Amino acid sequence: MTTELLSGADMIVRFLQDEGVEHIYGYPGGAALHIYDALFRQDKVQHILVRHEQAAVHMADGYARATGKAGVALVTSGPGATNTITGIATAFMDSIPMVVLCGQVPSTLVGQDAFQETDMMGVSRPVVKHNLSVQHPSEIPGVLRKAFYIAQSGRPGPVVVDIPKDMTAPNERYEYVFPRKIKLRSYQPPQKGHAGQIRKALDMMLSARRPVIYSGGGIILGGASKRLTELAHTLGFPVTNTLMGLGGFPGTDKQFIGMLGMHGSYEANMAMHHADLIIALGARFDDRVTNAPDKFCPGAKIIHVDIDPASISKTIQADVPIVGPLDAVLKEMLSQLEDRGAKPDQEALKQWWKQIDEWRAYHGGRYRTDDSEMIKPQAVIEALYKITKGKAFVCSDVGQHQMFAAQYYKFDKPNRWINSGGLGTMGFGLPAAMGVKLEFPEEEVVCVTGEGSIQMNIQELSTCNQYNLPVKIVCLNNQSLGMVKQWQDMNYESRHSQSYMKSLPDFHKLMEAYGHEAITITKPEELEEGLRKAFAMKDKLVFVNVMVDPFEHVYPMQVARGSMKDMWLSKTERV
Amino acid sequence: MRRILSMLLENEPGALSRVVGLFSQRNYNIETLTVAATEDPTLSRLTVTTIGDDKVIEQITKQLNKLIEVVKVVDLTEGAHIERELMLLKVKASGAQRAEVKRTVDIFRGQIVDVTSSVYTIQLAGNSDKLDAFIQAVGRTCILEVVRTGVSGIARGEKTLTI
Repeated sequence: MTTELLSGADMIVRFLQDEGVEHIYGYPGGAALHIYDALFRQDKVQHILVRHEQAAVHMADGYARATGKAGVALVTSGPGATNTITGIATAFMDSIPMVVLCGQVPSTLVGQDAFQETDMMGVSRPVVKHNLSVQHPSEIPGVLRKAFYIAQSGRPGPVVVDIPKDMTAPNERYEYVFPRKIKLRSYQPPQKGHAGQIRKALDMMLSARRPVIYSGGGIILGGASKRLTELAHTLGFPVTNTLMGLGGFPGTDKQFIGMLGMHGSYEANMAMHHADLIIALGARFDDRVTNAPDKFCPGAKIIHVDIDPASISKTIQADVPIVGPLDAVLKEMLSQLEDRGAKPDQEALKQWWKQIDEWRAYHGGRYRTDDSEMIKPQAVIEALYKITKGKAFVCSDVGQHQMFAAQYYKFDKPNRWINSGGLGTMGFGLPAAMGVKLEFPEEEVVCVTGEGSIQMNIQELSTCNQYNLPVKIVCLNNQSLGMVKQWQDMNYESRHSQSYMKSLPDFHKLMEAYGHEAITITKPEELEEGLRKAFAMKDKLVFVNVMVDPFEHVYPMQVARGSMKDMWLSKTERV
Repeated sequence: MRRILSMLLENEPGALSRVVGLFSQRNYNIETLTVAATEDPTLSRLTVTTIGDDKVIEQITKQLNKLIEVVKVVDLTEGAHIERELMLLKVKASGAQRAEVKRTVDIFRGQIVDVTSSVYTIQLAGNSDKLDAFIQAVGRTCILEVVRTGVSGIARGEKTLTI
């Protein structure tokens, strides 16, 4: 094999090519200029110039959520690096694979308070799966190999690589070989689950009378949604998904009982509370799911499968913990189940389904339509679902619109529902949608947002123009920070402290300025037609400004510090 | 409950800050912490004493194991083990006090490692309780300075923490 001599900067770009990275998202600056020059001298890796570094990371994140592969961002030192932190923390909380390449001041200046110097290793440490600093240019291929491996294996997560400028100097050349394999003695993610534990879990599953499968983002990250569906169908158990797990089990399947948790469906939360067995698959018993942990599902035994042992028994004690990749564990479960040829108690299951169907019939996602002349936000999502035939990538921002989208858009496939679940980052939706659209130009990519969230990364409309990214932005405009206002209504006697926005921009003029289209919809009867018109403009970014009922709340909503079953079902009905 | 967690980690820049950061980030206690390279220069041995119930200790252990640079973690307090801490003290030692301090040092099997006309510098090793007891015995009023290394520990018998 002939060896090549490359500069550090060329090695970085060459590595990305060899790794199969097609797009990176970033923003240049002093410490990253050698790398940007290396990018200029090739055409395999396309760089997308964002308007703010946070958006670069969200774009990489959107790409990663839609494809399962690590997204890559490139920024400079100092402010470039610190601007990525919110995006990195977003990815970290949702276990999204990502590699963030950060320029750094030359190693000779590190620690000197040099221009645009920030201790990015220190700043990013609490919000990364790992971070690495390049100490010598010759290390670059190995360091990058390590970064991609760590980001994408085990429980995925963001990895930051800090690259001092002198490591990329154009006149210092070293041998480049693309390292294919890597083994770390201190990091060996599990490859399969413990067969004995799986057997124990199956014993419990086969004797359960009121089981619920509670699956989360781990199913999607672990590529296990097919096996989950097979297992659920084989057993006939009801399935609820977390906010992060939507699409992991088909949303239109009759065994699907909706999302669970704070804004979960009535039937999902009731089923969880009354269950005698909870099968948690790639979920982490987040506080937005469990409500008060001491009142959580009093009669249930818990099977908890996760690739990260630290997620197991962190908040809720598991009776049968299984550490392993979801897909491998479910495969083993299915094969053991087949070997046994046993079925769960059909009579008990029948009774259980009868009960669940009663809960379903009682609430069934109803919302009032008679208390306002205005468009109901729920109806917007229902119309969006209809018009996109349930097939769109829906990238959400954070707030009421996010919950409505999660409740009313039925995702039949994994990787289509893209939202910041753990960190709850407003401003995530648009750049994430851009990352998805770039990868899937033929698919419908929708950013569901509010007039609050969209303004947190609205500068990216310019990037959309530059790279022709015709995403559809559906803005549920209630002229207020809806979720904040809802909490103020419920907990602060409607004192709407700072949750109302005066001086909203004229979105039509704004879109025109950026070279995009806008449609405003104000009447319920115009809703579908307006959305259709927007989606008919295939090659245009269209901002659909839907004026919705500003007084609407998201329901169900769990009562604070209560159990799973303590919910508000409307402004007046509490169960 | 007080626990002694002992771990091997990659001897790399930043590894220690990850361990320390984890404790503060997740609101765990650090009572003492010692770290140094082992006979294998690529590995550091870090010992931390912390306080928590079983659930907390389990979480700490799991979270530590999750850190990429941590190779292995054991809870020494789970089994028979030896723990030692080294203390250096400067104590006022003049007149009648001199003999008294010397006697106490002998009782505790410490050593006087430096002397001036008015000050003894004492070295004492043992478990943390013994060091506390010594401080009490000499009396706070005559202590000028104390420096303790924090706990190091090792399992008894054949058990070893290696890779």
